[in-house]
Amino acid sequence: MTAIAAAGPKTADRQADKVTPDFEAQVDEIVTHYPVSKRSASLPLLHLWQNHFGSVDDSGIEWIAAKLELQPVNIYELVTFYPWFRRDPAGKTIIRVCRTLACALAGSYEVKEKFCQAVGLDPHDHHHGFGVAPPTTGDGKFSVEFVECLASCGSAPVALINDDLYERITPDSVVDLVKKFQ
Amino acid sequence: MSAETFVMPPPHPKERRIIFEQISKEGYDASIDTYIANGGYEQLKKALTMQPSAIIDAVKASNLRGRGGAGFPCGAKWSFIKYDDGKPHYIVVNGDESEPGTFKDRYILHYDPHQLIEGLVISAFATNTHLCYIYIRCEFPHAARIVWNAIKEAKARGFLGKNILGTGFDCDIYVHQGAGAYICGEETSLLESLEGKRPYPRIKPPYFPAVLGLYMKPTIVNNVETICHVVHILRLGPEEYAKMGTPGDGGTRTMCVSGDVMNPGFFELPAGAVTLGELIFDICGGLKPGRKLKAVIPGGSSAKVLRAEEVFKIKVKGADGQMTDKELSLLDVVMDASSLAAVGTMVGSGGVMVMDDSRDMVWALNNLNQFYAHESCGQCTPCREGSLWMSKITTRMLDGEGADNDPATLKNVADNIAGRTVCAFGEACSWPTQSFLAKFPEEFKNAANDGVRP
Repeated sequence: MTAIAAAGPKTADRQADKVTPDFEAQVDEIVTHYPVSKRSASLPLLHLWQNHFGSVDDSGIEWIAAKLELQPVNIYELVTFYPWFRRDPAGKTIIRVCRTLACALAGSYEVKEKFCQAVGLDPHDHHHGFGVAPPTTGDGKFSVEFVECLASCGSAPVALINDDLYERITPDSVVDLVKKFQ
Repeated sequence: MSAETFVMPPPHPKERRIIFEQISKEGYDASIDTYIANGGYEQLKKALTMQPSAIIDAVKASNLRGRGGAGFPCGAKWSFIKYDDGKPHYIVVNGDESEPGTFKDRYILHYDPHQLIEGLVISAFATNTHLCYIYIRCEFPHAARIVWNAIKEAKARGFLGKNILGTGFDCDIYVHQGAGAYICGEETSLLESLEGKRPYPRIKPPYFPAVLGLYMKPTIVNNVETICHVVHILRLGPEEYAKMGTPGDGGTRTMCVSGDVMNPGFFELPAGAVTLGELIFDICGGLKPGRKLKAVIPGGSSAKVLRAEEVFKIKVKGADGQMTDKELSLLDVVMDASSLAAVGTMVGSGGVMVMDDSRDMVWALNNLNQFYAHESCGQCTPCREGSLWMSKITTRMLDGEGADNDPATLKNVADNIAGRTVCAFGEACSWPTQSFLAKFPEEFKNAANDGVRP
């Protein structure tokens, strides 16, 4: 067991205990995309893990590291670097509002505030990666966060809600939009 | 965003759609049947009968420059790869599109993935490459699925995989998803990310991708749009293709216009075909009613800002070959690589952000500073610390807590980042601060002195 795992939150529920043969088959298939170096599969495996389990806990970090014949720290340093990954679960619906200039010119700060109000989160709770889950409602339904440029500046302001991009969002449309995901 | 909801507006008379020609057609979808029905994969068939060196010569003759931001001549980049050096080669397509103000690759990836795949297989054939990766940012989850599906379709038809179209040439393509870090758009950082590491950019020299790239082997990293252009260079012929642009900047360029214009969007224009004024007022319908132009960032957020009333003194070569001085207003600046370089900024990734006279420049710079502070990878001290300091200073200026010497401090910090970092992020994060301060000194002075917003 590593120092990382010792320092991380201890939960009885280890994600790695729930790995199914079907999941492992997907993992093995992904590793074949990288015939030169298995280590290259670490990002895709983290994506697969997070999509499947909702977050990447210590057991996940250790499981992926073992699979790729790496040290857990090699995976841990990715989870804490890339803003997309989180160690704790986020809401069922994740609303990522673009914060950067073109969207900000088009009112994304107001849009983000409206989203937070609509789901009941503090609009000033700014989330900034490092493996931390974005602000999430108590019932686990919604997370709202600012993200940097989503590359759709021509239809600003935009938000990525789960996998779908919503364009030209007006503050007035936010409440109805949120209702779709209740 | 889904295929059903995207309808490309009809082209402006100045536009010349090559990359977006098919996407503009009604009912065009991402399937291979549609692509083939519209002449797809014909250029690949042609390329496979050509000498690989002839393809590289064609790309050189086309004057194609990289469309990702740095604008490096594509043919020259390819010719760094020695065809038969006995080493494995790789091509990595940069689909990490994350430069604020840029939104063109997203549409290619979502609506015409086979164009990219065809260009990529041609590029691989020309450079003796058998393994390619398409790096797509994870904020485009649908794009990754669509491109994966296109790869499967192309494989089933023999355009990809083993023994392509019976020629004995093998090539595999895989999609690799990023994880939300802007720095991965930097080519060496992207390679580190693809190797499964923290994406800290590599220092050049010695780590030029063409020499020590992916897995320390010769590697070409090209933008999505750049690779797509390869198909059209073969289709139109390099001379015809080069003729569309300006000398040294061939073909079409996709300009993405956002911010305070009536009709923002992306427009595929022959390089150098329009001036900034034509782009903003003719093509994008001008500014909102009653508003005046204040500032333009012409090539993605990292490009230096230009001020509306600016007059530039540039040297132009006349018909007699003599260099003469000429005065140029901002709206007369031609949108190509050399013209924008002549006025002290860059065409970059083609992301034009327009701001009108209602905008506060300290606020705008603060927005960009927060972006860079968030996205600095933290490898080099000047950038890691400096980008955060710049963001903190502009934030406190906005909060009415500026100090008299804040503009000078900002400039000092920015001056000490540029040129002192491993990668171009150092320049990217200091150029906005340097240029905003130089072009709008009075706003920063006011904000520093009393915090009263103009």
